[in-house]
Amino acid sequence: MIYSKQTLKHFRNPHNYGEIKDADGIGEAGNIICGDLMNLYIVVKKDKKEKEIITSVKFKTYGCAAAIATSSVITDLVKGKTIDEALKVSKNDIVDTLKGLPPIKIHCSVLAIDALDEAIYQYLYKNKRPIPEDLLLKHERIEKGKKEIKERYSKWMKISKK
Amino acid sequence: MKKKIYLDYAATTPVDPRVLKAMMPYFNSKFGNPASLHNFGQEANESLEKSRKTIADFIKAKPEEIVFTGSATESNNLALKGTAFANRFRKKHIITTQVEHDCVLESSLWLKTQGFEVDFLPVNKYGLIDLNQLKKTIKKDTLLVSVIHGNNEIGTVQDIKSIGKICKENNIYFHTDASQSIGKVDIDVSQLNIDLLTASSHKIYGPKGVAMLYVKKGVLIDPILHGGGQEKNLRSSTVNVAGIIGFTKAIEILKKDGKQENKRLKKLRNLLIKEILKNIKDTHLNGHPSQRLSNNINISFSGVEGESLMLELDHYGIAVSTGSACSSKTLEPSHVLLAIGLSPFRAHGSVRISLGRHTTKSDIDYLIKTLKKSTEKLRKISPVYKI
Repeated sequence: MIYSKQTLKHFRNPHNYGEIKDADGIGEAGNIICGDLMNLYIVVKKDKKEKEIITSVKFKTYGCAAAIATSSVITDLVKGKTIDEALKVSKNDIVDTLKGLPPIKIHCSVLAIDALDEAIYQYLYKNKRPIPEDLLLKHERIEKGKKEIKERYSKWMKISKK
Repeated sequence: MKKKIYLDYAATTPVDPRVLKAMMPYFNSKFGNPASLHNFGQEANESLEKSRKTIADFIKAKPEEIVFTGSATESNNLALKGTAFANRFRKKHIITTQVEHDCVLESSLWLKTQGFEVDFLPVNKYGLIDLNQLKKTIKKDTLLVSVIHGNNEIGTVQDIKSIGKICKENNIYFHTDASQSIGKVDIDVSQLNIDLLTASSHKIYGPKGVAMLYVKKGVLIDPILHGGGQEKNLRSSTVNVAGIIGFTKAIEILKKDGKQENKRLKKLRNLLIKEILKNIKDTHLNGHPSQRLSNNINISFSGVEGESLMLELDHYGIAVSTGSACSSKTLEPSHVLLAIGLSPFRAHGSVRISLGRHTTKSDIDYLIKTLKKSTEKLRKISPVYKI
């Protein structure tokens, strides 16, 4: 397994890390059991044409080099974009920016997209805005995944304590 | 110039220049096949048998009880599968532990698919098996107990003397994987009642691709490689003479300098453990505090994932390894760390530092300084660590 130069660069000097205290949306993805946990914070402001723009975005990530690098890249990719544009960012955009990821680490790019989608979902939900069907389905899938991990975790803890 | 500090000696070691020098003639001038009857072959065969004796002496075995193989993985496969198949009509039960190397675990799981029964003993928080539980797990048809001597991840050294005694009393073969412990802990196979023992060359400054299995006289064992009948029919393959010569030289060096070197490593190890726990907050030692390999340190850093810490250290020229397997297929951390009861959080934050012949006090100082800086940096990015 080899990381690209770009991945190591982002890992060593990640962009936009930190928290935003009163973020408009916070997205959480991943879990501690698998060793990846990502929090993404977004600030959304309306421009002159009343378009919602992500003006600020930060992340905090616990995880491997790929998890940190993909977090860094997604903040670059969505900063200054409208909500609609941000929702179009895909895992392939992240992988392309990093000039590839080892196959086993592709899930880290999915995690970054999940965290972004969750942050946008939370923003729309809090502001009682209509939620696109795609996003709602994704949100439900992520929630379901979190629940499954929790169940697996409790079982797993029992085994390991023996 | 960028610093380069290797602290992953448990993964592999550099070949000692004296070892390399001893091997050289066996590549082109004394290149004969020891199975050949002509002069070239006999010259190689003589060296081979001399090597066998040197290695046998080191563990107080007889020369004819040493089988040379290609790797510790192969030796472990041979020990488990070889005894299982040779004894399958009388005994079918094998006992091993939850903290073995993958080659023992995977061989055991495969034997299960072949109709054998395997029990995996749990360990306590230090990684030690419970001897009473071992006794209770023994059945009438228990054939083999296989327990790793010095653990490759957490360094815990099992009480193989007691395990050997229990096995002897119950007329059960005892195999131990001593890949990490050879040269670090004295081994006398007859005193310890060991029937099969695995040791490898590249962990002790010898070349890769050569290892051995000690098989006590009288142990019923089948080969897993069939062919020309080399190594008393237990390991068909043209014998790797140059590799074995290197392995032997590595053993000779251990015999001469091992005791002193272990003392030195132990001091450095204890210093490093003390300094990390003192200088970096929220760190925990994994494994046994004293009953551990002289060169092994395994520490969990709260709030930091092992792979990222490893790569951060790599940037500063320091090579270590991690039990966090964010890259493994299951995404679950190392089975050894889970077996000692670590939470996934602590397991993912674990780093193994293994010292060796070239490690100096100044390496340790540089490591501590760098660890502190790197941990702080990653904790700043981490959502699960409050500074």
